[in-house]
Amino acid sequence: MSERTDRARAVSLPYLLLTPAVLALCLALGYPLVRQVVLSFQEFGLAQQFGTPPEWVGLDNYRELLTDAYLWKVTLRTIVFCLVNAAVTMLIGVGLALVMRTMSTWVRLLTQTGLLLAWAMPVVASLTVWQWLFDTQYGVVNYVLSALGGDFEGHGWLLRPLSFFFVATVIVVWMSVPFVAFTVYAALTQLPGELLEASEIDGAGMLQRLRYVILPSIRPVLLVVGLLQVIWDLRVFTQIYILQQAGGSARETNLLGTYIYRLGIGGGDFGTSAAVAIFMLALTVVLTAPYVRAMLRQEREA
Amino acid sequence: MARTASRPARLTANGIGLVAFVLATFPVYWMLNSSFLDRNEIRNPVPTWVPFGGDLDNFRTVFETGQFVSALKISLMVTGLTLLVALSFAFVAAVAVSRFRFRGRISFIVTLLVIQMIPAEGLFISQYKMLETMELLNTVVGLTIVYVAGVLPFTIWTLRGFVEGVPYELEEAAMMDGCTRTGAFFKVTFPLLAPGLVATGVFGFIQAWNEFTLALVVMTREDQRTLPLWLSTFTDVNRGTDWGGIMAGSTLIAVPVIIFFLIVQGRMVSGLTAGAVKG
Repeated sequence: MSERTDRARAVSLPYLLLTPAVLALCLALGYPLVRQVVLSFQEFGLAQQFGTPPEWVGLDNYRELLTDAYLWKVTLRTIVFCLVNAAVTMLIGVGLALVMRTMSTWVRLLTQTGLLLAWAMPVVASLTVWQWLFDTQYGVVNYVLSALGGDFEGHGWLLRPLSFFFVATVIVVWMSVPFVAFTVYAALTQLPGELLEASEIDGAGMLQRLRYVILPSIRPVLLVVGLLQVIWDLRVFTQIYILQQAGGSARETNLLGTYIYRLGIGGGDFGTSAAVAIFMLALTVVLTAPYVRAMLRQEREA
Repeated sequence: MARTASRPARLTANGIGLVAFVLATFPVYWMLNSSFLDRNEIRNPVPTWVPFGGDLDNFRTVFETGQFVSALKISLMVTGLTLLVALSFAFVAAVAVSRFRFRGRISFIVTLLVIQMIPAEGLFISQYKMLETMELLNTVVGLTIVYVAGVLPFTIWTLRGFVEGVPYELEEAAMMDGCTRTGAFFKVTFPLLAPGLVATGVFGFIQAWNEFTLALVVMTREDQRTLPLWLSTFTDVNRGTDWGGIMAGSTLIAVPVIIFFLIVQGRMVSGLTAGAVKG
């Protein structure tokens, strides 16, 4: 083999190695993305499902959506739910990570084992357990609250939207805290001990140390973890969908994900649901940009 | 750090830790506990806290309905196929990204990051339409196609870390000894990557095994349900709820995942945060 073809091969080899992955991603994500954009400009409902060619309607789907009060309600609900969940998760997760440093070793190991178990539970399995815990008739939560003196006998947790979202939040936070606690704890163990000692010798109290020394030093980790929580909580689908099936009113509890599902696959209005999905993707991109930038910075430094 | 903590501070911390332990573990314990209880104990207004005298009847019921076994088969097929395809595609891609410098490398990495952030709900409408056109709805192949795309970015990202962990000098040394570049890679680097491949594979398994949203969209026929779908229909309002059976089903689905997760988690946490811990 001549040196030239050899070099050509060396240049094309990495691209060759990337080909299967790139093709798979183009087929399963790239093509649907293009198709979705096209769909969002078409009238594509039940008639089209049965063979009528889709009609081009330009921006009609979007115009219809943007003037639809329900979409704005769902969007607002999604954002509030996302921010509340992310905030509660971060507070509990970071709090636990901080407290873990002061625990006796055996308590810390116990806590970490418990968190690992919660982390490892499959989503659907944990949803069924939590439904069972919050069950109206035989649930442990109602039993314990009643035993503590509350009036919770036969209390239906999923009937009213606010209480529905409370249950959803408990489940989401329960599943998400372990990741935050472990990641932040790992960051804390890498803080130099001298730094803390020095600030203590200087007479800084616990809260002062937390505010001026500890939190600023783990700021990059907090930012990335917090951002990930926001991104993940924006797309809570399984929890909401399954709780709706279990008795919540879908219309009053829809978040963007379940709304898209019920509009398109449930209701057959693919054009409009595609437009909502594009809207959701745009929202994700806006939120993801700072995360990607932070990761890229690390990539360049590495 | 711990040394300087005062006694009351430590006691408070321990108290918080124990509360956290109970809150984190109780649902998992309750799943196991309820799976051993019979209908009368489940429907007792006073909960049975410890399954003394419990039996395996609920598990027997789960297996006897037949739907569990059919869902198990579908789940195993989809998960297996997804792993096979995703791992092999991701492996060669990871080698390309970590062993070569080429134009478009950074763009590829950025694209992976962005893709990882795409919510399933953002695309499942058109994925559904695509699979419908290809006549792949309600098929293992159809679900595998969307699963592969779902796990690929993370798999490539993690495997890349493992490949970079094997020093290139080792390969160079083998080449000095007369190996070809490919030969050096397969004789030296590949064996060292085995643990990384296993860990990444286990993580991919967990993701595909647990996935709900896309399965719900693609597998609309009852006889093609995966395990999570089967479990979720168990709780349908119209059916009067057999909590003992549901908990037995949940246990069967969760136990392999929990075991696998505990084995690989230490390795994967670093991959998950992809260097975020370094600050």
